[in-house]
Formats: sequence, C-alpha cells, structure tokens
Amino acid sequence: MIAALLDLLGALLLLVGSVFMLLGGLGLVRMPDVFNRIQAGTKTTTLGTLLTLSGVGLLQPDWALKLLLIGLFILFTNPLSAQVLARAAHRIGLRKTPLTRVDRLAEDTGEDA
Amino acid sequence: MVDVPVVTSVAAPVMLLVSLAAILAGVAFLLALWRFLQGPTAADRVVAFDVLTIVSITGILLTALAEGRGIYLDVALIYGLLSFLGVIVVARHLEGGL
Amino acid sequence: MSSLGMDLASNLTSGLALLLGLAMVLAALVAILVRSTPIAILSAGLVSLFASVLFLILAAPDVAMTEAAIGSGLTTFLFFFVLARVRGGESEASDDD
Repeated sequence: MIAALLDLLGALLLLVGSVFMLLGGLGLVRMPDVFNRIQAGTKTTTLGTLLTLSGVGLLQPDWALKLLLIGLFILFTNPLSAQVLARAAHRIGLRKTPLTRVDRLAEDTGEDA
Repeated sequence: MVDVPVVTSVAAPVMLLVSLAAILAGVAFLLALWRFLQGPTAADRVVAFDVLTIVSITGILLTALAEGRGIYLDVALIYGLLSFLGVIVVARHLEGGL
Repeated sequence: MSSLGMDLASNLTSGLALLLGLAMVLAALVAILVRSTPIAILSAGLVSLFASVLFLILAAPDVAMTEAAIGSGLTTFLFFFVLARVRGGESEASDDD
C-alpha cells in the first residue's frame, strides 16, 4: 500500500516536472529578448529537472545516490552557466526589449543602457 | 500487430502519468528546437542548446525508468557536465575571452 | 524487470528515436547553413549529443558515454580552442609573441 502510494507520488512529481519543462520551452519561444529567454529557460528547467529526479527517486529508490549527485550537479551548474551567458550577452551589447525598466549592471559599470 | 499483454500490477495509473510526462517533455523539446533553429542572435541559440540538453536529461531519466536500467544515469551525469562546459566555453568565446 | 511494463518502454523508445532523428537532421542543417562559426560548432556538438542519446536508447550506454565525451566534449572544445588561436590573424598575431 505504501509502495503504491509512493509510486503514485513519484509519477505525479514526474508529471509536474514535465509541466515545468513545457513552460520553460514556451517561455523560450514567447519571450521578447535574450535576457528574458535566459531567465525563462533556465529557472524552469532547473526546477523541472529537480522534480523529475525526485520522482524517479521515489519510483526507484535504489538509484537515490546517483540521482542525488545529478541533482546537486544541476543545481550548482545550471544557474552558473545562465549567469555567465547573460553577462556575455550584456557585454556584447545585445538589444534589450523596449519594455526594460531598469538595468543595474549598466548602472554599475557606468555604461548607458 | 501483436497484442501487448496488459500490465496487471499497481502500475497502470503510474504508467499513464509517466507517458504523459514523456509527451510533455517531447513538446518542450520541440519548442526549444524551434528557438534553436529560429534564434536571431547567437545567445538565443546557446540558451536553446542549454534547454535542449536539460530536456534530453529528462528523456534519459524517463528511458532509464522505462527500461529499468540504472547504468543509464551515468550517461545523464556526463551529459549535464558536458552541457555546462559547452555553454561556459561558448559564452566566454562570445565575450571575447577564452 | 521494471514494474512499468514493456509497451511503455517500446512506445517511449520509438517516439524518442523519431524526435531525436528529426532534431539531428535539423541541427545538422543549422550547422551547414548558419553564417557564424561558433554557432556552427555548437550545432555540430548538438548533433553529437543527440547521437549519444540515440545510442543510449538503442541500449548501448558505453558507446553513448564515449560519444558524449569525445564527440561532443572534446571536439567542441578543440574547435573553440583552435578558433580562438586562428581568429587572431593579422592584427593580433604580433601582440601574441
């Protein structure tokens, strides 16, 4: 009974993780400029992958160590790569959307936005 | 076409949910692929590359779950490492450093 | 083996294989059609990553690991290293040494 409940909970976590993946892909298509796309694509896929890893861990408890390792790795590296990419995009002066209100990095480095 | 025997264990709703998750991840893969093909700037394509690899990690996890083989997770780990290094290298190159 | 049954495995495998084949063809087209060299290198790496997932779902995890490490990782980094060395060209070559 408990095992069946855990299986169902794991499958639900898998489904929620995939929904976050889908929202990330949708944001990647719909967002107006590079920085919004970086934000939409990275945050949602990080959370979606972590939820998927938890779901697989509930469905197959023997794999918990490897899944934890993958989860920690993605939790540390995915925001880092997004930050490096956003800094590079800002530094080569990609076009921001006209809806942009504030640009703290440009204020800090003294450039004009 | 051979009729597949019905699974009689507790896993019937679980199987349905996992299939639905796989379909949703496939749609996310197609959306990110569209951005990779379309992307006006290089940074757009790099973001799409990142999302494509992360969604592929989800696909690897679902495949490992469906086939019941734990060794596939090693491939997922290497995949995450290479995706991270690839994005870092391309970003440094776009920035002009390296 | 798994509690999830064989038909899910076969359906998932064939669907994923179709999706990956389509993505490989499109990424290869991007690699030969795009103007900028870094994006072409990235697309070639993407083709290699998809090939590695395709090897994985053909039940060859060792080949998939090798393809991901060599085909995508090493080749992409080597291309970028060489590109950073070559790009200097006439204006920066004198500054280097």
